[in-house]
Amino acid sequence: MLKELDTRIEELESKLEEMHPETEAQRLEYRQTMQNLQELKQEYRPRTAADKVYLARHSMRPNINDYIDALFTDFFECRGDRLCKDDGSIVGGVALFHGMPVTVIGHKKGRTLPENLACNFGMPGPEGYRKALRLMKQAEKFGRPIITFIDTPGAYPGKEAEERGQAEAIARNLAEMSSLTVPIVSIVTGEGSSGGALALGVADAVLMLEHAIYAVLSPEGFASILWKDSSRWAEAAQQMKLTAQDLLELGLIDGIIPEPTGGAHNNPQALFEQVDAQLYSRLKALCKMRTSALTAARYQKFRNMGNFMQEEQL
Amino acid sequence: MHSPFQQRRQLFDALKEKRNKPQPVQPVTSAQPAPFVACAGCGKAIPRQQLADYFQVCPFCGHHHPLPAPARLSMLLDEGSAKTLPVKVCFGSDPLKFQGYSEKLALLRRKTGLNDAVLTAVGKIGGRKAVVSVMDSRFLMGSMGSAVGEAIAQAVEYAAKAKLPLIIFCASGGARMQEGAVSLMQMAKTSAALKKFSDEGGLYIAVLTHPTTGGVSASFAMLGDITLAEPKALIGFAGPRVIQQTIGETLPEGFQRAEYLQDHGFVDSVVPRNQLKATLAQLLKLHTKGGMAKC
Repeated sequence: MLKELDTRIEELESKLEEMHPETEAQRLEYRQTMQNLQELKQEYRPRTAADKVYLARHSMRPNINDYIDALFTDFFECRGDRLCKDDGSIVGGVALFHGMPVTVIGHKKGRTLPENLACNFGMPGPEGYRKALRLMKQAEKFGRPIITFIDTPGAYPGKEAEERGQAEAIARNLAEMSSLTVPIVSIVTGEGSSGGALALGVADAVLMLEHAIYAVLSPEGFASILWKDSSRWAEAAQQMKLTAQDLLELGLIDGIIPEPTGGAHNNPQALFEQVDAQLYSRLKALCKMRTSALTAARYQKFRNMGNFMQEEQL
Repeated sequence: MHSPFQQRRQLFDALKEKRNKPQPVQPVTSAQPAPFVACAGCGKAIPRQQLADYFQVCPFCGHHHPLPAPARLSMLLDEGSAKTLPVKVCFGSDPLKFQGYSEKLALLRRKTGLNDAVLTAVGKIGGRKAVVSVMDSRFLMGSMGSAVGEAIAQAVEYAAKAKLPLIIFCASGGARMQEGAVSLMQMAKTSAALKKFSDEGGLYIAVLTHPTTGGVSASFAMLGDITLAEPKALIGFAGPRVIQQTIGETLPEGFQRAEYLQDHGFVDSVVPRNQLKATLAQLLKLHTKGGMAKC
């Protein structure tokens, strides 16, 4: 399990910091610890779906703000849905990507507790989705490509959220996104759970980071609904086919962005370079397409998902 | 040497053996269901036949029980006008190879006579032709997997091609867990199909029946030009139990019910089942194409 590995690495790192090798014996021990640490880090790679779930939710994993800082310039944040309020769990705005104006939208979970609370742990209400839709419509008006970053445990299951039409907000996004006349690229960076994730993910190119997950709901929810036992989540994760590799095989996503050894948080810079290159090439190809061809291809892509008839006929 | 004692011993042994032998469990035959049903609303016993005659609405308290799809279609469509729309779908696909799923599908198919949780027909309502898709909650809570998503999308496309109004009766617990992310993508598929249909000027009436939740509520159920709902139907994205657990307070009476959604602006009208056909006929009449030119 990666979680235990994480604690052991942390222990060794703090031990190293406390060491002040002076004698030969101490230097020997220091080198030994250092070597142990290196070995552990070499071992640090997800082996099971449960490990992927852990990595996808890692608190140090790059988040929407990191991506905005690293990949874009001149970011201007737009707030509010113009109907009710501003939802902090979805961040959006206009920025330049390689000099080209784009609209950037993404879920925000927050790292510290105050941040978590301010953005509701990345669980948007209808206001968040309506803000996203407002920005996407604006992008369409000005002919800007849209880039979305998906990382959410799901839409917020709260009283007010239901009162203001959580279901309607998500449904509207799905329908509208399917016919927007500008290129859309979505990247699942962490966890993508339920309609709350898909509401930013009806895109021309849907990419996933190597260790991201994307599913109909959280493995805990899956285990609790089907087996009435949420503690069996690790087993559920294995069963659900929620890894990037599984989704690519099922034909539900278009590509995987490789992560540095040990996951995105171990070397964010290396990850950003990968993301930048992939985004650039995807956008370049999409921007060349005629509008009608673009929307038709997007429609057809989602139309064919789960249509197993075709496979059988082959 | 057949002493009476020996005979008696033999008799006892035979009886003991018979007693200890495990008896095969008699399966409850579904051929003869109980003649009475307890109403889920008021608890009164209603003769099964009478409840069926009232289209599963309690004659005492008006509680709307789930209505199987074939019964819904026969209630709604003018006599002799209905034609089931064949759907080209691979029923029984099992992308996750989920344990017991294929068997369950096969069993339900035998039990309900349906291929999956949705049945589509073309027929007339009050003399006006329409495409009507009905979900059936007997089939895995009407959950949406690839077969349901595909059937809905094909119904939408058929309506678009034939230039007919589309009516979908929603009854679903949401996306079908057993098909994982494939189910999730059906939300995008059905929504996209309806958007295209809408852009082409098609009329789509959504009728939300008990329950309409999860991935179905967050896709085609909420995209109607007109949205109707049956009385007291549970409609929402998250289930009430989940919400209660999340926010840690009890929910108000009537929360997420059809009337509540009407009050909050998400349903045009709550229509009792016995008035549905008339309301739908009226709506179809109001949306007749042509306008002034036909005067």
